[in-house]
Amino acid sequence: MIPVEISSVRKSYGDLKAVDGVSFSVNEGEVFALLGPNGAGKTTLIEIMEGLRKRDGGTVKVLGLDPWGNGYVLHRRIGVIPQDFTFFDKANPREAVEYYADLFGVSVDPDEILKEVVLDDSANVLFENLSGGQKQKLGLALSLVNSAELLFLDEPTTGLDPNARRTIWDVIRGLKDKGRTVILTTHYLDEAEQLSDRVAIMNHGHIVAMGASEDIIETHGSGERLEVHGTEELAAYIRANTNLEVEYKGKGLVSIRLSQKHDVLAALTAVEQSGLDWHDIHTRRDSLDDVFVKLVSGTIDEKGEIRAENTGENSHDQRRR
Amino acid sequence: MTSTRRILSDLRLFGRGYLRNVAGLFFGLIFPVILILIFGAIFSSGLGGTITLYVQNHDSGPVSSSFVQALNGTGTVNMVLVSNSENFSQYLSAHSASDGIIIPSDFSANYTAGENVTVTVYSNPSQSSSAIVSGTVTGVINGFNLERFGGKAIIRIAQTTANSQVTKYIDFLVPGLIGFSILVSPMFSLVNISSEYKRIKLFKQLSLTPLTKIEWLASKVLFYILLSVTSFLLMVAVGVFAFGAHIVLSPWLIPFLVLGPMFFASLGMLVGTVSKSTETASVVGNIITFPMMFLSGTFFPITLMPSYLQYLAHVLPLFYIIDGLNGVMIYGNYAQATIDLVVVAVITIVVFVAAARLFKWRED
Repeated sequence: MIPVEISSVRKSYGDLKAVDGVSFSVNEGEVFALLGPNGAGKTTLIEIMEGLRKRDGGTVKVLGLDPWGNGYVLHRRIGVIPQDFTFFDKANPREAVEYYADLFGVSVDPDEILKEVVLDDSANVLFENLSGGQKQKLGLALSLVNSAELLFLDEPTTGLDPNARRTIWDVIRGLKDKGRTVILTTHYLDEAEQLSDRVAIMNHGHIVAMGASEDIIETHGSGERLEVHGTEELAAYIRANTNLEVEYKGKGLVSIRLSQKHDVLAALTAVEQSGLDWHDIHTRRDSLDDVFVKLVSGTIDEKGEIRAENTGENSHDQRRR
Repeated sequence: MTSTRRILSDLRLFGRGYLRNVAGLFFGLIFPVILILIFGAIFSSGLGGTITLYVQNHDSGPVSSSFVQALNGTGTVNMVLVSNSENFSQYLSAHSASDGIIIPSDFSANYTAGENVTVTVYSNPSQSSSAIVSGTVTGVINGFNLERFGGKAIIRIAQTTANSQVTKYIDFLVPGLIGFSILVSPMFSLVNISSEYKRIKLFKQLSLTPLTKIEWLASKVLFYILLSVTSFLLMVAVGVFAFGAHIVLSPWLIPFLVLGPMFFASLGMLVGTVSKSTETASVVGNIITFPMMFLSGTFFPITLMPSYLQYLAHVLPLFYIIDGLNGVMIYGNYAQATIDLVVVAVITIVVFVAAARLFKWRED
């Protein structure tokens, strides 16, 4: 059975189309990432799949069920970390796991589950005294209690330090090894690239690209380029003496697009013939970052987080909350 | 569908959290006891106010009416005439009163003829009001005897002890403050957590588990019943051992200790769930709670309040709980307690159902 199949899903808040005709399916054992800037509609979409939100249109099948109206059955079979996971302040992680085990009517070893998410050292610390990373790990631990075949992780590592992120990544990789299906949302490119089999890039409620990250780069990237450090004069010389597409990128970087194999020879010959100064020659492909920036016309900050440039995004975000 | 394991697990988690919260523990258990100690100490010498004297006049002659006028003229008692068809001692008991007199039918005739006549005085010797009543009645009788017969004791007094228990202020205070704690803990707590859990989206998170909202609400109700019973036992112990309160413990108290917390937990839930924000919830909760806290007979019997406030008290749910507790614990007046219990049961069911229906785990 295909764990998740959605088609033409729509959801509006007033005039704002939060999710505007999204379709995809997620295969068994796959880690599928919804990547997009804040306000792209990721959380709305994942909450529709979890049965927490009603869609305006389209079809949604999660484990063969329509999540809206079948939540009570579905929730026993899925594991979820909601965005901004929280718990009762005066309970500790061990009690939290025991509580969830009682709610789901399963018997688990709390220590084992806490060890799996590397929280066993804080098993007796009250939730209110846990760090952000520890809280998020508890969220992950609770989503594991019912041994769900399908997990929804809504921004599982947002705001966490690199160590806590790595731990959570390891747990997600472990889930994949056990054959579980995972759908996660993130606005970190490296997270999507590191963890997922397939990525769907979302912007303004649409999916703008979908596939394995290499495929997305292949399709939406500008292919292979030869980069050489030199002056603007060098760029002009190459442009004048070859048929190649040459771009001067500033800061002494000349970028030449390689569409055929022998382009590299033509380029190098031209560089040598120019008699101008050059150094540091190499080829490069677009990264997911490059493609992403192109697709959502945003920027990526120093933490690898996406910032959409469109100002409409902010109002979108506020209305959703 | 409803699972005991889930309810008990939620009860355990919530109860443990409650016990770890010093403020909650203080307000739930310690604060009402402190109130008993303070008010019990302040008013241990008794209450002021006018004493009600019930009068049944079987005589239609002129002397008895001037006798009644004379009694009224003393200003120490507030007189209430009782119809001749009533059984007097039952009437006193039904009105939770112990002070009254019966004027016999031959009062005017005998007085005029100079023959002995006996006025029956109901009182409770161990109560301060009874001494005032006896003194007042004796004074008026002496006046009549003196005026007509030069002090010869034509009118005599037959003392009868009324069935009603001796009531001291502390006897009122214990049921009143039990009512207070039945109101305050579940109400404030549920208003707060139901709006707060909505704000931090904890309810949404719980909706992703098999826990149902009815199970969640049931566990809170159970918790506050347990808390109220604990608080009840503490307060009774302090009332009895520290102030020698006269309190009847009877199985009749159980329905009040169950329905009371259930009512206020549901009401708190309802307020928290319909309010848009935590702040609104808290304001609405206070508007409902504070008048009830003082006007329902918590700190003093409502008969001491002006009559318009007494009418107001009758629309406050806590009044029926405290009135019922008073009926059982002080007067042994089960007829009154039954009426109170019916009122409490009906409003509890209405509010519980409304809270359960309007309370939402998640938004659309």
